[in-house]
Amino acid sequence: MGSPLQRGKMNLLLKNGRVIDPSQKIDAKLDVLIEKGKIVELGNNLDNKAKSIIDLTNKIICPGFIDMHVHLREPGYEYKETIKTGTYAAARGGFTSIACMPNTKPVADNQAVIRFIANRAKEEGIVNVFPIGAISKDLKGEELTEMGELLSNGARALSDDGKCIQNADLMRRAFEYAKLFDLIIISHCEDFNLSKNGMINEGFISTKLGLIGIPKAAEEVIVARDIQLAEFTKSRLHIAHISSSYSVELVRQAKKRGVNVTAEVTPHHLVLDESLVDGFDTNTKVNPPLRGEEDRIALLEGLNDGTIDCIASDHAPHARTDKEVEFDQAAFGMVGLETSVSVILTKLVHHKKLALSEMVGKFTLNPAGILKLDKGTLQKGKDADITVLDLRKESVIDANSFLSKGKNTPFSGWKVTGLPVMTIVGGKIVMEDGKVANK
Amino acid sequence: MQLKSKDLLGLEYMSREEIELILETAKLFEEVSGRDIKKVPTLRGKTIINLFYEASTRTRTSFELAGKRLSGDMINIQVSSSSVTKGETLLDTGKTLEAMNADIVIIRHSSSGAPSLLSKHSGFSVINAGDGMHEHPTQALLDMFTISKKKKRIEGLKVVIVGDIFHSRVARSNIWGMKKLGAEITIVAPPTFLPREVEKMGVQVSYNLDESLKKADVIYLLRIQQERQKGGFLPSIREYSRLFGLNQERLSLAKKDVLVMHPGPINRGVEISPEVADGPLSLINEQVSSGVSVRMAVLYLLGTRK
Amino acid sequence: MEKETQVIDAEILNRTINRMAHEILERNKDTGNLVIVGIQTRGYYFAQRLSQKIKEIIGQDLPLGALDITLYRDDTSSGIKNPIVKKTDISFDIQDKKVILVDEVIFTGRTIRAALDALIDFGRPRGIQLAVMVDRGHRELPIKPDYVGKNVPTSLEEKIIVRFAELDGKDEIIIVRSEA
Repeated sequence: MGSPLQRGKMNLLLKNGRVIDPSQKIDAKLDVLIEKGKIVELGNNLDNKAKSIIDLTNKIICPGFIDMHVHLREPGYEYKETIKTGTYAAARGGFTSIACMPNTKPVADNQAVIRFIANRAKEEGIVNVFPIGAISKDLKGEELTEMGELLSNGARALSDDGKCIQNADLMRRAFEYAKLFDLIIISHCEDFNLSKNGMINEGFISTKLGLIGIPKAAEEVIVARDIQLAEFTKSRLHIAHISSSYSVELVRQAKKRGVNVTAEVTPHHLVLDESLVDGFDTNTKVNPPLRGEEDRIALLEGLNDGTIDCIASDHAPHARTDKEVEFDQAAFGMVGLETSVSVILTKLVHHKKLALSEMVGKFTLNPAGILKLDKGTLQKGKDADITVLDLRKESVIDANSFLSKGKNTPFSGWKVTGLPVMTIVGGKIVMEDGKVANK
Repeated sequence: MQLKSKDLLGLEYMSREEIELILETAKLFEEVSGRDIKKVPTLRGKTIINLFYEASTRTRTSFELAGKRLSGDMINIQVSSSSVTKGETLLDTGKTLEAMNADIVIIRHSSSGAPSLLSKHSGFSVINAGDGMHEHPTQALLDMFTISKKKKRIEGLKVVIVGDIFHSRVARSNIWGMKKLGAEITIVAPPTFLPREVEKMGVQVSYNLDESLKKADVIYLLRIQQERQKGGFLPSIREYSRLFGLNQERLSLAKKDVLVMHPGPINRGVEISPEVADGPLSLINEQVSSGVSVRMAVLYLLGTRK
Repeated sequence: MEKETQVIDAEILNRTINRMAHEILERNKDTGNLVIVGIQTRGYYFAQRLSQKIKEIIGQDLPLGALDITLYRDDTSSGIKNPIVKKTDISFDIQDKKVILVDEVIFTGRTIRAALDALIDFGRPRGIQLAVMVDRGHRELPIKPDYVGKNVPTSLEEKIIVRFAELDGKDEIIIVRSEA
């Protein structure tokens, strides 16, 4: 195939692959012609139009995958991750676009930080980066940010992520004001009184380990509140990393009523449960916490019946020193960009828990719709952002080989079957067979 | 037969046979503690560190005495909780102790799981002397030792544990240990003190102390911390004492040979009335003396493990 | 495969114990000062037999104690495979007493060294004499028994077992050789 850098950005034919594009309801063996960074044509017998041809026999060609919940840590926490390393990890994991959360230092609550992130991503990043602006100034939950200015400088959504706004009245105003710009509010649902000092799911495991639990109710009461507020204000709500069975039911009912609500789920909540925490491995400490088996099953149901719209990693890189400490002092979070796709393929798609085309939709069309990105499709004329999967390729997850600075994953050592083998961003191959092209 | 692990992290991870080995061995160490020369040369040349991140005169002294009676070189390190934040990390401390060729490190820490973190990253034996709300295995071992001395068995005994189960590492270790030895355990507490799904540990749950007392062979009272009122766990110490405190009147409902136990330090007049604490059924002082023999047994079995 | 060969049968074993009891009394005319301590486990059974015989001869019980030497072994720092401690029960004062220390077999001498240290933790005896049923040689320490039932030259690969009816169902001494 030659090295990624040698092949031009000008003209490229992806040949003999199986194209899955939920946006056009396509699942067929088609060739994809790319020119000047755009999709030019899907069809057969396009060889004569191509200068450079890549044979993708037995591979799956999808619209570029989007991870709408990522922490890039820059500015402020560059020891955990940078925009550069984060986008490299994304490319390796098969993602062509990522949306990054505003809990940087300083917080992405003003145009300067949003522009810094956007510019730094252009200079050093190798995938598309869409910043998410803060809802409240400095994530303090007291005053709203200048949402209009955040939007005009590149913010695609609003969230206080981990610093869930506790004041229901301010949240109501946020929903109302965001309507002015048709911006979506992403809510990390957590009542801090209920989750106070909590570290893992409240249940048998927290009881026996003597770790303070985070009750499911801490999430559910805010899911219920935010659905009510979104309904009341007729605004748009996206529930981040939904984790409990009752939260799923709340979203399901709200969607039936016509509330403008969407939801995402993480791979770790879909395939792991709280029993993994037994043994005090701080890599299993994440917020919301890994829940019980019945929650995991409810999440899968929600994913399949359309209650849950997309899969997002909540990629939360941390340094060794943030994790190799006492459990109660360890940071929450796990990295996900380099494991999401292979874990979902291995545990869900291959086990027939999720259809391949459904999975592709949850990684492409749906997140693009939520963030109103002109992406997630292989339609003619759109950006040539493409993810290529090899469903049969086997590998062992090795945290030390991650391109992310964060090695904090509970998946290290897992055998996976199915990997992203090529990532194309704007017609340019940024990853091939796990190797990422330097910018 | 010897202990399977180089560490004693908790009774959840131990087999019945291992617990029985420790208790049997402790019996023989009682004889050593009864001699004029209360010392044997068994752990000569072994370096044993008492690494305490929480103050505890009782447990630290007990381990120190146990180590010294086995001729180990005992070093006490008391880390004040204020220096934890600015001081070195637990793992760095572990590396330092390893570089000093420590053989056994006894750790008391306010964070659940701290001993297993230390153990994962070091070669010496780690003994958990109480970690957060998780476990306090040597306390439970000495409690079981005290009970089996009086009752000659644990199997089939009805044990009632009363109080703040939620925050209690002593309760957790005793539940694991006594269940493994075949006791029937009922925990009695207001629902705010009952951790979620605690019945999955194999215990019965009751809110009624008077009913539970009647069948008990052992009543085990836990210490109530005054600050629990602030967290909303209790409306007042007074109400707790009225509903769950053990006084003479309540005790008269129980069997005549019931054993009354408490891990100490006791709050006289809160979870236990002074007459009961100092009364003939109270084993509180025996528990303390058992502590040294049990800890000698643990140090001996880990210190000579091949 | 292991092969057992009897060295001494029950009758001779009992005669030997009888002879040793007489030797002990011969050397220690004043039995008022005499105590017996057997090393756990088989040394203690042997000590019980000796003490019975002595009682038959002199018509009185001598104080008899049990001593476990595990905690005094010289190899604890490198770890020991079987850490089970047996009972030590010396319920009399050994200060200024003549102690007959009893074990069933003497081999390297290390057990006896440990026993001497252990005994001295209980007080300062007037003297300690050592009685063993079998001396199998291979001493690694300068220790010599005062009373020996039988010298049995052995190779290092062989094992000597002294059986007592109370413990094993019959009295005998055997050599165990492993055969390839």
